Amino acid sequence: MAQAFFGGIHPNDHKAATNKKPTETLPPPAQVVIPMSLHIGAPCTPCVAVGDHVRVGQPVGEASAFVSAPVHASVSGTVKAVEPRIHFSGVPVMSVVIENDFNDTPYDRTPPRDPDHLTAEQICEIVKNAGIVGMGGATFPTHVKISSGLGKVDTVIVNASECEAYITSDHRFLLEHPDDVIGGMKVLARLFGVDRVHIAIEDNKANAAEMLKLKIESERAPVVVDILRTRYPQGAEKQLCQSITGRQVPPGALPAAIGCAVFNVFTTAAIYRALYYGEPVTHRIVTVSGSGVVEPKNFYCPIGTPIQDLLDACGGVKKSTFKIIVGGPMMGHAQHDMAAPVGKGTNGVLAFCENEERNIPEPACIRCGKCVSVCPMHLQPVFLYQYEQAGMLAELEQNNILDCIECGSCAYICPGRLHLVQAFRAGKQRINNAKAAAKAAAEKAAKKEQEAAAAKKEGKA
Amino acid sequence: MNYKELNLIGSSSPHIRTKVGAGHIMGEVIIALLPALGFAIYNFGPRALVNTLVSMLGCCAFEWAYRALLKKSNTVFDFSAALTGMLIAFVCPVTIPYWILLAGDFFAIVIVKQLFGGVGKNFLNPALAARAFMLSWAGEMSTWVAPRTQTALFGAVDAVTYPTPMAYLHENNLEGLMNTYSLPDMLVGFIGGSIGEVSALLLILGGAWLIFRRIITWHIPVSYIGTVAVLTFLFPRGNDPLTWMLYNVLGGGLILGALFMATDYVTSPVSHTGHVIFGIGCGLITVFIRYFGGYSEGVCYAILMMNLTVWIIDKNIHPHRFGVPKAQKAPKKEAEGK
Repeated sequence: MAQAFFGGIHPNDHKAATNKKPTETLPPPAQVVIPMSLHIGAPCTPCVAVGDHVRVGQPVGEASAFVSAPVHASVSGTVKAVEPRIHFSGVPVMSVVIENDFNDTPYDRTPPRDPDHLTAEQICEIVKNAGIVGMGGATFPTHVKISSGLGKVDTVIVNASECEAYITSDHRFLLEHPDDVIGGMKVLARLFGVDRVHIAIEDNKANAAEMLKLKIESERAPVVVDILRTRYPQGAEKQLCQSITGRQVPPGALPAAIGCAVFNVFTTAAIYRALYYGEPVTHRIVTVSGSGVVEPKNFYCPIGTPIQDLLDACGGVKKSTFKIIVGGPMMGHAQHDMAAPVGKGTNGVLAFCENEERNIPEPACIRCGKCVSVCPMHLQPVFLYQYEQAGMLAELEQNNILDCIECGSCAYICPGRLHLVQAFRAGKQRINNAKAAAKAAAEKAAKKEQEAAAAKKEGKA
Repeated sequence: MNYKELNLIGSSSPHIRTKVGAGHIMGEVIIALLPALGFAIYNFGPRALVNTLVSMLGCCAFEWAYRALLKKSNTVFDFSAALTGMLIAFVCPVTIPYWILLAGDFFAIVIVKQLFGGVGKNFLNPALAARAFMLSWAGEMSTWVAPRTQTALFGAVDAVTYPTPMAYLHENNLEGLMNTYSLPDMLVGFIGGSIGEVSALLLILGGAWLIFRRIITWHIPVSYIGTVAVLTFLFPRGNDPLTWMLYNVLGGGLILGALFMATDYVTSPVSHTGHVIFGIGCGLITVFIRYFGGYSEGVCYAILMMNLTVWIIDKNIHPHRFGVPKAQKAPKKEAEGK
């Protein structure tokens, strides 16, 4: 058992509220909203029109670029609208709204004839068409990760560490669908040509790890279970690579640069389901928990389910609830509209009614340095904060603010209750804006010069 | 259920925070100082307690009054003013007149802390700066009573100055010191001196508590006390280096300073490397003043001087950047140098 990354925090994980509750199937929602942007990268283009009848698994949005992934209908029914709707990121996004006919008519699935003997290109194509993205929350298109990692990767890691507090969807999924995950790991082992695939599990999920070990032994699967110390952000990609291999991802690079590829358990299972059953990503498990939820539960639900359906199925929230979050408590998004849909990377919906944030009216830094000792990216948040407040962008960049992964460890531990992550997001945005402005100015100047030169030539002529 | 009726906040992640706030930390430090306070009451009588309470209340009152006058928020309940008050009383003799204590409180809270922006913004340790200021009343600040003396709460104090261990050390009179105070006395605290500094044992107990509770780390205390120990062992005055070293470590305000003053978050570096440099610097200056200074004790000035270097220490220590191999870093710097 190792914890190789520096820093990190250990909040009360609150997982006991849901980690022993079997996943329930959510009563089918009357309507789902499928946003065209359920991944990092270019949004999809809707390929259905209002009034069309769609079936479960039918593509409703086509990928428009390489770094993109199609989206599929998660229920069968009639397309009611194709218009911008509220998205869990807080802004409206072009979406396909489907009214459920409650028949769940499946779309024609044609699984590959010989899934055991596909080429890497074929697998990438199937993964892309199934709309598979990083389902741990980052939602990076998986086919891009596979194709950019082929030939470079010597360590394949399946991420079941689930380091965010409250969230138990990966845990329940492992316990309930281990065959899909192991099937997916076999595919990954073959795909990358590695002898064994690592599956990383924090030691607070010992029952899942034990169960997997027994299964792996009986199946002789090319899998090794790595039990990691429970420590946030163990499941962050860069920290996980470091915990398993001891290697550090260089600044600005992807794990492929150090020979690693990390896949979430859902993603791994989705690859298996796509290859062997022809199923696209249409459903996932979501944990609904937090002090504000009347009865915390895990749900298996269609993607695009409005989060209010999930909360209603838990008996609603308490009157004193002051915050509702999509995602985990450390990196999730606060919601203002409960019509926001569940996305491919939505692992939890949390409602808080106690003083979990512990904000104070006048945050003050006492220079305790705790932020420095918890930062898993080796930054010094105390000084970054000062530079950001003073608008010193050059110093911010010199002190590697762009390395920040926004895990929130510094803000969590801060006894002065500074809004550190918020400041760093703003700082990064300002640096990027300044860079964009400088680039635009340079281009403009170059264009002017060109025009002047052309005019001179013309004049001469 | 109608979710529109909820009063929802939208704000940046993270959405949870640790319970430990600034007030908890200051409170824990105050708790860690209580054993030493208890011993002070036993050693010097109830006046030690009254001094401490007067100083704590004085600091809180100045903090409250200044901020109320300037229409700023009340910060008394982060307990940092109370802690400053406690430390000011701890670094004074038990016979100190109350008004001098209050003058020190004013200097610490208003001049050193609030005028520079309040908690977290001062660059000197407020308690030590106050002590340096209070030494303007040199007589009152160096009237020492014998251990296990009950000092009257009010009225004139017999100006009997009883020699503290530091006085003997300053005169290089190790033998005289050994005859007056045995080493166990030095450890437990049956010696003369400022009320909070005498019991090395109970201070170490409090410091260990703080390290155990992760309020402070070992870096500053160990590097500070270690430096003093090594230097005094290598350059003893007298022919018994070990005894000389032990008296130097246990005498004066070294233990109190190293565990509770030099570790003040606001006026010490933020990185562990910085902590070690800071501790070593404090140790060097302390021994320098004790050996060559006109004043017998060097802890207060050593920490104050090192406080002034914190900015430069912090500025020049950069953690190893994530994902950049350590071996590659050095040649790159060289290339830049060229």
